[in-house]
Amino acid sequence: MSNDLTRLSAADLAAHLVSGEVSSVEATQAHLDRIGDVDPAVHAFLHVSTEDALATARDIDSRRAAGEDLHPLAGVPIAVKDVVVTKGLPTTAGSKILDGWIPPYDATLVERIRAAGLPILGKTNMDEFAMGSSTEHSAYGNTHNPWDLDRIPGGSGGGSAAAVAAYEAPLAIGTDTGGSIRQPGAVTGTVGVKPTYGGVSRYGLIAMASSLDQAGPVTRTVLDSALLHELIGGHDPRDSTSINEDLPLLVDAARQGAIGDLRGLRVGVVSELSGEGYQEGVSARFAESLDLLRSLGAEIIEVSCPHFKYALGAYYLIMPSEASSNLAKFDGMRFGLRVEPEDGPITAERVMSATRGQGFGDEVKRRIILGTYALSAGYYDAYYGSAQKVRTLIQRDFDAAFAQADVLVSPTAPTTAFKFGEKLDDPLAMYLNDVATIPANLAGVPGMSLPNGLSDDGLPVGFQILAPAKADDRLYRVGAALEAALENTWGGPLLAKAPELEVAR
Amino acid sequence: MSAHATVDLVDYDEAVRRYDPVIGIEVHVELGTKTKMFCAAEVEFGGEPNTQVTPVSLGLPGALPVVNGKAVEYAIKIGLALNCQIAESCRFARKNYFYPDVPKNFQTSQYDEPIAFDGYLDVELEDGTIFRVDIERAHMEEDAGKNTHVGGSTGRIHGAEYSLVDYNRAGIPLVEIVTRPITGAGERAPEVARAYVQTLRDIFRALDVSEARMERGNVRADVNLSLRATPESPLGTRTETKNVNSFRSIERAVRYEVSRQAAVLDEGGTVIQETRHWHEDTSITTAGRVKSDAEDYRYFPEPDLVPVAPSRDWVEQIRATLPELPVARRNRLQGEWGYADAEMRDVVNAGALDLIEATVAAGASPAAARKWWMGELARYAKTSETELAEIAVTPTQIAQLQALVDSGRINDKLARQVLEGVLAGEGDPEAVVVARGLEVVSDDGALLTAIDAALAAQPDIVEKVRSGNMGPIGAIIGAVMKATKGQADAGRVRELVIERIG
Amino acid sequence: MSTISRDEVARVAVLARIDLRPEELDRLAGELDVIVDAIAQVSEVATPDVPATSHPLPLTNVFRDDVPVPPLPVEDVLAAAPASEDGRFSVPQILGEE
Repeated sequence: MSNDLTRLSAADLAAHLVSGEVSSVEATQAHLDRIGDVDPAVHAFLHVSTEDALATARDIDSRRAAGEDLHPLAGVPIAVKDVVVTKGLPTTAGSKILDGWIPPYDATLVERIRAAGLPILGKTNMDEFAMGSSTEHSAYGNTHNPWDLDRIPGGSGGGSAAAVAAYEAPLAIGTDTGGSIRQPGAVTGTVGVKPTYGGVSRYGLIAMASSLDQAGPVTRTVLDSALLHELIGGHDPRDSTSINEDLPLLVDAARQGAIGDLRGLRVGVVSELSGEGYQEGVSARFAESLDLLRSLGAEIIEVSCPHFKYALGAYYLIMPSEASSNLAKFDGMRFGLRVEPEDGPITAERVMSATRGQGFGDEVKRRIILGTYALSAGYYDAYYGSAQKVRTLIQRDFDAAFAQADVLVSPTAPTTAFKFGEKLDDPLAMYLNDVATIPANLAGVPGMSLPNGLSDDGLPVGFQILAPAKADDRLYRVGAALEAALENTWGGPLLAKAPELEVAR
Repeated sequence: MSAHATVDLVDYDEAVRRYDPVIGIEVHVELGTKTKMFCAAEVEFGGEPNTQVTPVSLGLPGALPVVNGKAVEYAIKIGLALNCQIAESCRFARKNYFYPDVPKNFQTSQYDEPIAFDGYLDVELEDGTIFRVDIERAHMEEDAGKNTHVGGSTGRIHGAEYSLVDYNRAGIPLVEIVTRPITGAGERAPEVARAYVQTLRDIFRALDVSEARMERGNVRADVNLSLRATPESPLGTRTETKNVNSFRSIERAVRYEVSRQAAVLDEGGTVIQETRHWHEDTSITTAGRVKSDAEDYRYFPEPDLVPVAPSRDWVEQIRATLPELPVARRNRLQGEWGYADAEMRDVVNAGALDLIEATVAAGASPAAARKWWMGELARYAKTSETELAEIAVTPTQIAQLQALVDSGRINDKLARQVLEGVLAGEGDPEAVVVARGLEVVSDDGALLTAIDAALAAQPDIVEKVRSGNMGPIGAIIGAVMKATKGQADAGRVRELVIERIG
Repeated sequence: MSTISRDEVARVAVLARIDLRPEELDRLAGELDVIVDAIAQVSEVATPDVPATSHPLPLTNVFRDDVPVPPLPVEDVLAAAPASEDGRFSVPQILGEE
């Protein structure tokens, strides 16, 4: 019975909870058991908060028994990426420098999760400070892709994606600065959404690049993402960049999309985000998905975004510049690790340098050095300033493309999951992995990745949908329609094709 | 490290004879908002350490800033009071530097887009001269926490074994006001520097944007100084003296730096561009430690905040709330009263401006008000060694006194006696007149009695007058005035005497 | 071939307050060329006539009312401090000023 509960979508589990067939304690315990069974192999979690989760579950069960009006997702357990600050639960952002840090406050999205009564199962693994595309840069070891434990789960949110793919949690929170929700979704066969910038509060997300970071849902179905997105999204006065408007109706859009009628919808294929450099199976699945959309009544057109090729260059100026400043606070003075220099005088300055030298991993140091260099005397205009101009050009590309098409589509990632270490020595190859996802972060537009089949190597492939800013509902309408059509051809969800994980007992 | 290199200073007067000092002043003022610049932690002076912090002011991972709208309003107020342009749109920027009292290791400030710029402040010097100081900019930023140095012998930063940090002050809103180079002050540079900061302090209080208490560090000044051979020479190398936190120190620090730099230049040396520290106890400045990365702050626009774009309506609304500032008021009153420049300067220097304004408001003419306060009352204050404003007479009483004179009920001589009574605490002028019986005698019957007595006493004079020689009539009038103790109206007496003699 | 010298990396590491081992300096000197490539790429199109975009959405004037909220309890403030004394954070001696 407990295994069955972990296979349910969040929406279905919520329905069981509402009907009283299942208690939240049962559902939560089932997922905790599943974590106990498979996480030794997957290592999606850095911390499992058993007591906290069960306490919430018990509370929800008793409130439900008392007839209280509860949130639709009340009692459905969730996993939270470790870059999100959780009061009373360890928060490390995958870094040694925060080892053992217990925050004294909750991120806004965590407050909303707690207020709605979702038991928090634990904190998921990630590339250190969300810097990476493979979760290999975690200071606490790799997360393994449930489809093939020798392969990466994507990154930086590999832990959240793997947890959902391995049925350790029906819902998870991710964050996406250049693709960290969507790319792990693609390589693990799960759904991930990066909302419009400002759509979900950043208050309590340990920042990498403030003008690019967004938190969003990581789930197994499009509807589940919509449910979670509506829960965590909406205006937050503690985030100055939060959009002060109501969210569009996302769950309604998902339900409407699932009916499968896309007549009148114009789908733009971004010519710069396909073709050369994409794995054959990736291109083939993409073409098939376009056919499906067409069969649902959508009109497929080709659009050009000529400045997307400059996106990576702009990203690798803006992201490290902002990160170098955001990560300055990790200095061993107020919280976290403090390392004293091996010899010489113990001064604040030297302790800061020793702490940062030992506390940060290679990728983090690399990006901080890069960003510090880009901002250092005399370079600002040429570097950060120029990159911001490219943002303007990319926004203009999007504006022009969205004048012709309601949504834009592309493969989420050019390849399926690679093996551990395969690309680590080649930073540029790692960057190319982000080429389709980064433009959305630069322009602030929302994007979704959903699984659209297996490549020739039997590994999952992702399909990306992009919509204009504040039109996140379009993602859900199109995503749910495609998902339904795909599952119809597969005879069930794609994850059903994943190999069963060995239970560690 | 307590020993400071002794420098042979050049005598100040000598130094300013040979060099032209140029000053520049950066003033930080802590705004008197209820909460911090970027978070809602309450600001209160004297709280227990670290009891006024939130995740934001503590710089915890994940925390985000939100701008205090009241602080923006105060910054605009200050900008307007300093005759600045208010930016149509401006941004915050991060000033990156590592220091334990800066919790994020960057200060959120403004860099190339300050909220206010291109202004000026008219500063009044001790002799009443107005000196105009050009303001380059006023921008918003946040304060740092406070380090307490423990374990060292001197208590100064250097040599301390460790420090204790309190972040209550971290994030308190500041406005930094930067002048353009102040030239043309010459030997009065120290006085100008002091008067400028003092005037700013008064403005902050008049605007009610800060308690502006120097001793609490609400207002802090950094003073730049350079010397050049002549006013035509290019600007010399400047030093920046920090920690100058009283008006007296500002004046003395400028004098000291003038003398010190003159000595360096006299010896053929070059002034080093550096930060110097003012020592209140010894009244000297010493060089600060030179940091290799001190100038590389890696400014960039704060991505966690959005631009501040004050609407012109808002700016005008704020402008409408501004109180009249001292120099503007002075100029307005001078125009209204028609005083000459020198007269006005004397009034200001005597501290009589408020008194005269109130006296005029109570009904006296500006000329009469000035006559009283700058004449009789100024002399009284001087002999009794009190301030003009402290003496025991109110502007209303002076106006009443003048009204009595104007109506003819008393004359000038009597008025002085009435004033004596007021100063002696005998009540309002009216009461003194009555009590002392000082009113001009206007009853013809009483006068005629006195006149007849005088005519009878001096028949020879009566004869002379009758024969057309009016010269000696004064003797009769004098006798009548004497007999009526000065309370008679001399003009009326004369008329009656002539009538009587026929 | 590296455009950013090892010395430059060392200078930047001091600015960033990160102790780097010699082998890290060597490696980073090579890897930082990515930024040179990036700037070469963006400068093709980042011409003076193109305005900069700092935020994806053009928001302005996001202000908070000047109303206090309860502060963090002081024990929470200091809970994670590597060292503290008398309600304050204890940090190693500070050289210099500013």
